[in-house]
Amino acid sequence: MSPVVAAAGLGHVYGAVRALDGLSFAVAPGELYGLIGADGAGKTTALRILAGLIVPQRGSARVVGLDPADTRSGVRESLGYMPQRYSLYGDLSVAENLRFFARLFCLSRREYAERSARLLAITRLEKFAGRPAEQLSGGMYKKLALACALLHRPRVLLLDEPTNGVDPVSRLDLWELLYEFVAEGMAVVVSTPYMDEAERCHRVGLVHHGRLLLEGEPRALVAGFTDAVLQVAGAAECVEPVLERAGADVVAVAPLGGALRVVVRRGASAGLRRALAAAGAQVEPLRPNFEDLFLAQAAGGAPAGEAAA
Amino acid sequence: MNARRVLAVARKETLHVWRDPRSLGMALAIPALMMFLFGYALTLDVDNVPLAVWDQSGTPESRELLSRFEGSRYFDVRLGALGYPEIERAILDREVMAAVVIPWDFAARLNASPPAPVQFLLDGSDANTATIALGYAEGVARSYTIEDAARRAAASGVPAHAAPLELRSRVWFNEDLESKNFIVPGLIAVIMMVIAALLTSLTIAREWEQGTMEQLVSTPVTGNEIIAGKLLPYFALGMIDLAVSVVIGKYLFDVPLRGSVALLVASSAAFLVGGLSMGMLFSIVARSQLLATQLALMITFLPAFLLSGFVFAIGNMPRPIQVATHVVPARYLVSLLRGIYLKGVGLEVLAGELALLAAFGAAVLFAASRKFRKKLE
Ligand SMILES: Nc1ncnc2c1ncn2[C@@H]1O[C@H](COP(=O)(O)OP(=O)(O)OP(=O)(O)O)[C@@H](O)[C@H]1O
Ligand SMILES: [Mg+2]
Repeated sequence: MSPVVAAAGLGHVYGAVRALDGLSFAVAPGELYGLIGADGAGKTTALRILAGLIVPQRGSARVVGLDPADTRSGVRESLGYMPQRYSLYGDLSVAENLRFFARLFCLSRREYAERSARLLAITRLEKFAGRPAEQLSGGMYKKLALACALLHRPRVLLLDEPTNGVDPVSRLDLWELLYEFVAEGMAVVVSTPYMDEAERCHRVGLVHHGRLLLEGEPRALVAGFTDAVLQVAGAAECVEPVLERAGADVVAVAPLGGALRVVVRRGASAGLRRALAAAGAQVEPLRPNFEDLFLAQAAGGAPAGEAAA
Repeated sequence: MNARRVLAVARKETLHVWRDPRSLGMALAIPALMMFLFGYALTLDVDNVPLAVWDQSGTPESRELLSRFEGSRYFDVRLGALGYPEIERAILDREVMAAVVIPWDFAARLNASPPAPVQFLLDGSDANTATIALGYAEGVARSYTIEDAARRAAASGVPAHAAPLELRSRVWFNEDLESKNFIVPGLIAVIMMVIAALLTSLTIAREWEQGTMEQLVSTPVTGNEIIAGKLLPYFALGMIDLAVSVVIGKYLFDVPLRGSVALLVASSAAFLVGGLSMGMLFSIVARSQLLATQLALMITFLPAFLLSGFVFAIGNMPRPIQVATHVVPARYLVSLLRGIYLKGVGLEVLAGELALLAAFGAAVLFAASRKFRKKLE
């Protein structure tokens, strides 16, 4: 199916900070796309460009085939956006916030009544309809923001870190909610800094320094991961020289509890295990996950696109 | 512009105002407070000037003159002095502000030439009051001279050829020469200016500061719809403030409203649109509530107060400043409201100034709409 969201070579610089550096991706209807990246990777900038709030300095953005920054094109009617920051009216109640956005999208009274009732039901916010938004918990607030972005049944939904600050149970709720709408044909772009959420998306793009490091279906990406991952526990003065000697074979090292998580080239894995064991460290092989993939890619600096191909 | 979206913004804005009792209270209290403060403080009338008298002559003629001072509502005779030291002490002690000294040969020289001098001593440290008091004293003396001359002429049977010219001043439009009648209409104009810019200076900056603008601009609502929607509730509030000020003027200060109420409302409404749009413009440009409020106060309050003709008559200002007052919109409202209040004049006289106010409103509104961008940077 042809994409309803298309970012092509997006580039954007704030003063001296290069926020986006040639970011490209596309999302089809009925697809849940994850933009995964650490803090400052450029996710918010990318979503703001897609929502038409920033005009990119380089590249172009298209939403349902239109320029999102063109306010007269009617693109806003097809677009739902949930910012990362708190951006609903804290002094207005849950119902008042919903009604305000319904009015901005010119929904009829009946449409508003039906949709808000349904959204309040599936977000389990009915009991709190009269409560001011500023008195909601983090999770409830995010669900309300999601409901506000969904009222007008957008074809494209952009969510900036919807699960940040939400407890694990509510987080599951949110994902379940998204699946429902995606099943109806909505295209959803979700940004998140949590690698473990990557697996919930149909497709993900790993963003690093404003560009894509890697893109694909999460399972396939992890399956195609060629490096090995070791959990290494031992005194730092024993372990560090060994890792240093291994040189380029050690792709990435990250702390893991009191131990280290070491990504190593597959061919060099056996040799490194022996060397570490000889130095008195305990070594366990681990199943590679998304974070390893990200670490390996970020460390290797493989350009976007090639790895995804 | 889509009316439903404008209304949606207006309703939301009304809820904000309603939910924030502090700023709502302020929006209603500021006009009342300013009316009380400035209405009383700026009233320039001088009456009951405390007075000392030293009658050296002690004749029926001198007593007749003094009784006129006693009878005047402008003077309050507090002290019958018996020498300069006593008068000086009374002035230094602020017991009196002025003194009348009648010389011992007053009666004898009354009809002589040069005429009898009467000394009037004044405490000049409050120059303004002193000048006014001097004017009153001259008035008392003049009326005495005139009547005295007429009486002598009648007694001696000489025909009225010697009767001096009689000056009878008539004050039009403000017969009692009461400054409150003059101050209050101008005060209402200044209040409208300050309150209008203050009310709206917060609205758009608040949306930027609280991050709600990010959600708002991602919807189909346009900049003009946001501005129009935000203007509506504050316009209503501004008109309530007008009503509060007019009612206080009428019932507390007893200021008569001679002209048409409709014209008063129309001029204030035209002015309000400009003032509110100006606050909105500050809010749009500053994107910070604090900065926008400071801008609103600085740019509206001082010119409205100093350059509108409210306190200082424009005609007495240096030429370049007179020219500058033409860009102070409050100037036109001050003059409109005075015309309506004091002279009761209508559109035939005030149309030009009203048109200027409407043009000012339209221009600022246009500027606000041009400056507002539905972008985050
Ligand atoms: N308005 C701005 N002015 C200056 N720098 C900015 C601005 N917005 C973002 N940046 C910088 O641009 C880079 C990318 O920011 P962006 O907000 O897009 O990242 P992000 O992936 O959303 O990060 P986070 O996970 O922290 O939300 C960061 O280094 C950030 O500091
Ligand atoms: Mg972000």
